Amino acid sequence: MKRVGVLVFPGSNCDYDAYYAVKKVLGQKAEFVWHKNKELRYYDAIVIPGGFSYGDYLRAGAIAQFSPIMEEVEKFARDGNLVIGICNGFQVLVEMDLLPGALIPNDHLKFRCEQTNLQVINNETRFTSGYEEQEVIKMPIAHQSGNYYADEETIKQLEEQNRIAFKYCDPTGKITEEANPNGSQNNIAGIVNKNGNILGMMPHPERAMEKILGSTDGKTIFKSLLEI
Amino acid sequence: MYKAKVTVNYKKGILNPEAKTIKNAMHSLGYQEIEDVEAGKSFELTFPEDMDENKVQETTDEVCHKLLSNPVIEDYTFKIEKESE
Repeated sequence: MKRVGVLVFPGSNCDYDAYYAVKKVLGQKAEFVWHKNKELRYYDAIVIPGGFSYGDYLRAGAIAQFSPIMEEVEKFARDGNLVIGICNGFQVLVEMDLLPGALIPNDHLKFRCEQTNLQVINNETRFTSGYEEQEVIKMPIAHQSGNYYADEETIKQLEEQNRIAFKYCDPTGKITEEANPNGSQNNIAGIVNKNGNILGMMPHPERAMEKILGSTDGKTIFKSLLEI
Repeated sequence: MYKAKVTVNYKKGILNPEAKTIKNAMHSLGYQEIEDVEAGKSFELTFPEDMDENKVQETTDEVCHKLLSNPVIEDYTFKIEKESE
């Protein structure tokens, strides 16, 4: 049985969703890891969940990076272990510099909570291997600062090194401006690091685990990364 | 005591949706002559009077870089002022 650690910060609010996804939907082991812990047990993967850690004060994700547990999480990630940051978790990962770029307020300044279509750009990562190449999948977003920004050079590198996992698209898979919910450069919804062991994404796979939620497409990410 | 007055702004060329919205609001109020608006954050840090001014400078710079700004998208400036209580 695989073991997943779900980090909990003050203000995390998708921690239970991630826990439920791993434990109840996939039948694996899940444990909460309080942000004040200084030691990290061995996990097959760590989830940095969505929410509003530290009330999004200063910048989304800015303060969570200095929580006591994050030193261990950084070590865990730099050692090549699997880390997935979802929504606020993605914001934490870019603030920590474990992923490049930044997530700035949505170009229309609105909080967007809706179902989005994503195209799987790279299905050869450890997180996306269960998808078909260019598969169009459905997952919800719920954020106000999901507008992915990086300088031109970084965007070029991400494209060339095939490190973009998902892009926002229309239901037919076309990557258009209209399908971009937040102003993200090149419609980027999720990226991996150079080693391919860290994924950051704004859409919520843990909220797309059961039919009743409108999509089960999120399951594939957890199944791919846990190899189950 | 020393006061460090810090301003953090988006780097040039990065669209700041908040500033753009404020500018649009000013234009719709009739202030067409306002060509551009920058919107950032300001912080005021207080240090004890007996602290070395260079150290105040150094510490302010450090927290600006580490925490108050995100160097990927933001620039910061600050000035140190000595104030009597």
